[in-house]
Amino acid sequence: MPAVGASAGGPLLAVRSLTKLFGSFAACNGIDLEIQPGEIHALLGENGAGKSTLVKMLFGVLAPTSGEIVWKGEAVRIPSPGAARRLGIGMVFQHFSLFEALTVAENIALSLSPGISLSKVADEASRLSHLYGLPLDPKAHVADLSVGERQRIEIVRALLQNPELIILDEPTSVLTPQEADRLFETLDKLKTEGRSVLYISHRLEEVQRICDRATVLRHGKVTGACDPRKETPASLARMMVGSDVASVSTAGTNTKGDVLLEARHLSVPARTPFAVALKNVCLKVRGGEVLAIAGVAGNGQGELFDALSGEYPAADASAVFIRNKPAGNLGITARRLMGAGFVPEERHGHAAVPSLPLSDNLVLARNQSDRRTFLGGGVLGIIKHAVVRLASRRISETMDVRKSGDDPAAGSLSGGNLQKYIVGRELDRQPSVLIVNQPTWGVDAGAASRIRQALVDLAKSGSAVLVISQDLDEIFEVATEIAVISEGRLSDAYPAHALTREKIGLLMGGMYGKTEGEEVAHAH
Amino acid sequence: MRIELERRANPSLLFSVLSPFLALTLTVFAGGIMFALLGKDPVSALYSFFIEPLLDIWSLHEIAIKAAPLILIGAGLSVCYRSNNWNIGAEGQFIAGAIAGAIVPVVFHDWHSSLVLPLMLIFGMIGGALYAAIPAFLKAQMNTNEILTSLMLVYIAQLFLDWLVRGPWRSPDAYNFPVTRDFAPEAILPELISSGRANLGFVFAIVAAVGLWIMMRYTLKGFEITVLGQSERAGRFAGFSSKRMIWFSMLLSGAFAGLAGISEVSGVIGKLQPIISPGYGFTAIIVAFLGRLNPLGIIAAGLFLALTYVGGEAVQLTLGVSDKVTRVFQGLLLFFVLSCDTLIQYRIRLVFSRFGQTSEGGAH
Ligand SMILES: Nc1ncnc2c1ncn2[C@@H]1O[C@H](COP(=O)(O)OP(=O)(O)OP(=O)(O)O)[C@@H](O)[C@H]1O
Ligand SMILES: [Mg+2]
Repeated sequence: MPAVGASAGGPLLAVRSLTKLFGSFAACNGIDLEIQPGEIHALLGENGAGKSTLVKMLFGVLAPTSGEIVWKGEAVRIPSPGAARRLGIGMVFQHFSLFEALTVAENIALSLSPGISLSKVADEASRLSHLYGLPLDPKAHVADLSVGERQRIEIVRALLQNPELIILDEPTSVLTPQEADRLFETLDKLKTEGRSVLYISHRLEEVQRICDRATVLRHGKVTGACDPRKETPASLARMMVGSDVASVSTAGTNTKGDVLLEARHLSVPARTPFAVALKNVCLKVRGGEVLAIAGVAGNGQGELFDALSGEYPAADASAVFIRNKPAGNLGITARRLMGAGFVPEERHGHAAVPSLPLSDNLVLARNQSDRRTFLGGGVLGIIKHAVVRLASRRISETMDVRKSGDDPAAGSLSGGNLQKYIVGRELDRQPSVLIVNQPTWGVDAGAASRIRQALVDLAKSGSAVLVISQDLDEIFEVATEIAVISEGRLSDAYPAHALTREKIGLLMGGMYGKTEGEEVAHAH
Repeated sequence: MRIELERRANPSLLFSVLSPFLALTLTVFAGGIMFALLGKDPVSALYSFFIEPLLDIWSLHEIAIKAAPLILIGAGLSVCYRSNNWNIGAEGQFIAGAIAGAIVPVVFHDWHSSLVLPLMLIFGMIGGALYAAIPAFLKAQMNTNEILTSLMLVYIAQLFLDWLVRGPWRSPDAYNFPVTRDFAPEAILPELISSGRANLGFVFAIVAAVGLWIMMRYTLKGFEITVLGQSERAGRFAGFSSKRMIWFSMLLSGAFAGLAGISEVSGVIGKLQPIISPGYGFTAIIVAFLGRLNPLGIIAAGLFLALTYVGGEAVQLTLGVSDKVTRVFQGLLLFFVLSCDTLIQYRIRLVFSRFGQTSEGGAH
């Protein structure tokens, strides 16, 4: 257990006028912050406020441009994550750094000394994961794990180093409520052990619930510090954004049109031993509807998205219909040409290539659907960079994407801002069918409401929208119909107003209220 | 104690641009030390290795001759490497192209027509591409490692060529020497200018490299290559197929290597013989990386490595050192290029104790 309180009374970590410039852009601008031993300290701020940049400096991933980091009363330089770990700082990143081809245990072993045997690592990892309530199979391949499970690896990996300060960058944005509750128990346990936690989150309720103090950032500067328990979510949000957050308006009636997206008895065998097989999934989304699919992570959401997007087409053409045409065996390009748009869950390396500029990432999703606009030279397919950049700028403006420079690398955007861009990239072409997996993962309250509003508006304009989400608040905000996925099976769809959280909870457990189900399923 | 590489927080942009030049400087230094150890005056040895060949028309032509296959193959390989397909067997595809292209002048030696040369070039490209299709098929369909299969196929090609020129294709009037009959004049690649031997192959190389540069920079195909090389999953999302990319990149680099092969045989040697390449297919790997996998960079890198061949021959004549110095220089160069690139991205750290027992607060 940690040797805590080296400098009795003083803060564990203090940061003095820490600044990070990217070019001339100040992502962090003279930040002051103190973390006491044994406290859970929240770092709040809207997307792009500089939270991740700040903690990356604390963990030695980025070098500060100026300023000072004081650890237990001593000024330190943290040139690398290794150095941070040796000091006693552990970190769980917003975007994970795991090797997909390796197992859980192998990934953990990689961050340890090479001398330790794999089985010992696996044992220790299972011990810790039980101790802190984070179930993990050390032999599973990372590629086959859900985002929530991957995060557990990162947490266990950080805990293995026995840190005194643990930094969590948006840990709950990918967790189910139950998983999040577990995590909070873990954090409480860490706190009673005398460790400190620096906690970044966009979920203000949970900040109020578990954090002792909060520091708020805006545009790279500290704009305030408070005791979150004495605030309301609305007042916290106001501190972050500088104004009130608009709530999603569903006013006006949705005129229901034709069925634009349909899955008929879609069954897909598991691609890998750890994937979930889809079993006889049936769904219908009409124009004007937002069908939200709720469910606990790892119940086939990713597989459903892959099958609907055509990244992994089904064998049977009639398993999926887009605008009444069979598309089950078509690839993603063909489905886009039929009018569908897609937003996958993982931003880095799936929805976007982090090292490429935003404009290239626009070409990534729309190279065929906007062939006439974006490409010239006939078969040569010359990319019209000027046109693409213009379109990219338009998307950034519409979605209020904050970035440094005109066309920066996608990976340099803050998580939430990249998400706004990726959603905006699809909305910009007004798809008649939009399929979104976890639309607001890691997005701040303001931006989340903006994205949700955009989804609602798209449906109002007559498109069919399918939203896969774990966030029940989000689901109730946007959905007109709700279905629940559990172990690769999809429940019937219910009108959103006919459902309660409790009912969804039951459906998540796989307990289908068959009788009830039948009566409401055809209600629309 | 062990040595660890730690990723640098801010890799220097300046140094990553300078890296190839740094590597060149280090290579020259290390070469000087090598000459000194061999008992030669390093300054004059380096002078005859690197400078003298540039001062004389004949050796400039030689450089162009040797640079042509290096650039052509290197440019093709850059497409492979950028798309994450590791074709190491260009040497074999070079030979396959040479053999396929030589079918016309060797087997149909009585046929005289201005079509002979174009046909040879086309056959050469097809031959190289088909030979590269083997590892492409194995990777795309059987998920085998293309590094191993493409490399092993090099030896098969070399031995097959050896068998051909000693057996079925041996010239009837070569007194049992293992060579084919000399190509007829219309099967010879024309020279570029009257001052020396440099031939059309150099033009092919430049055109190919510039063409690939345009493709990589401006076209959707180039974009596809970049995306699939960075992230297969994002490529799939974009509607690109990594399987098709395996085929495309392997066939393209194979065709370029095959064209280099037939150009070498037709323009420089004039017949088939057991050894037709001083390792162009392998040296081109160095060229590709020294040129930063950028076709224009590859032109410069190809010219420089051609200089190491010509310089090696020069010092062999003037100083009487082994022609292996060329290989040493090429090896040094690759070593320094890769280590410069690595050290720009990472810093070296010596770890004396085991993890977990390191002292607390060991901050600098
Ligand atoms: N490597 C980089 N190069 C250039 N700009 C960068 C880089 N990294 C971050 N930025 C910019 O710095 C700003 C702060 O980004 P940061 O990731 O710290 O935000 P954040 O507060 O974590 O936001 P989010 O809640 O969306 O994760 C953003 O505007 C981002 O575009
Ligand atoms: Mg962040």
